Amino acid sequence: MKSAVITFPGSNCDRDMDVALKQFGFKNKMVWHNDVELPKTDLIVLPGGFSYGDYLRCGSMASKSKIMKSVINFANSGGMVMGICNGFQILVETGLVPGVLLRNKYLEFICKNVFVKIKNKKNIFFKNIDTDVLEFHIAHNEGNYFCTKDQLKEIEDNEQVAINYCDKNGKIEEQFNPNGSIKNIAGIFNKEKNVLGMMPHPERMIDNFLSGEDGSLFFNNLMNNLK
Amino acid sequence: MKISVIITLKKDVLDPQGKVIHQTLDGMGFNDVDEVRQGKYFEINTKENDPKKAKDKVEEMCKKLLANLVIENYKIIDAQ
Repeated sequence: MKSAVITFPGSNCDRDMDVALKQFGFKNKMVWHNDVELPKTDLIVLPGGFSYGDYLRCGSMASKSKIMKSVINFANSGGMVMGICNGFQILVETGLVPGVLLRNKYLEFICKNVFVKIKNKKNIFFKNIDTDVLEFHIAHNEGNYFCTKDQLKEIEDNEQVAINYCDKNGKIEEQFNPNGSIKNIAGIFNKEKNVLGMMPHPERMIDNFLSGEDGSLFFNNLMNNLK
Repeated sequence: MKISVIITLKKDVLDPQGKVIHQTLDGMGFNDVDEVRQGKYFEINTKENDPKKAKDKVEEMCKKLLANLVIENYKIIDAQ
């Protein structure tokens, strides 16, 4: 399976993602934001970081960069795209997934492990995964997911919520919501479920000595689903 | 020609920065304040000299980049 990670000026999780994808069998290529053409690939990842210094709104500049035209075409023709953290912010700015990510409710940069519950397994990202709750890492200042009431209804009707913040048993409650996100939403799909945006970093949970291994679960499962 | 744009958060969108500024003002003795909402201000110098055309262009910029219409409103305040 082939993957491509897009590097924007200010991306800083692109190499971590490269390591993670390769560790689980992907042939990964790094792609510069100023490139126009994508390599042949099965999966595109928009990595975390602070593209363009988070100027204007997080992800807004990156969403207009040259390569994004190709990424949008790739997604619209059914290609798999995953945006992590700043990558999620870029995805919402392109409109590929609905909503926006606001400043965290208590104005703090949050950097810690969280639990998320998988809300929808009827998609290529989470199909067959052998757990309902994953422990991932978050590190963000603008992860407070927001959308209009109409959008929320549409998102829920189309089962576009991917993961919610929860406790280790999978209980979704306000007290386990780190940043004020509507309905504890940590990640969402587009309508067709081939695009996933999420704030947590699975690529930071792939080494038992350094972290947990729930990221390994996620990537292994993703690889199996794509084979 | 110079055109100015003000971007504000929509009414229902939480503005924690505005809230903190409000609290700080309150602590400083400005107790009459009901609410503070923080926004953005842009000055755009353009080669276009026709005010109508310049305004239309800036409006397009607002829609495509300067504002996120899910959470923000824009107002083009003057053309000079």
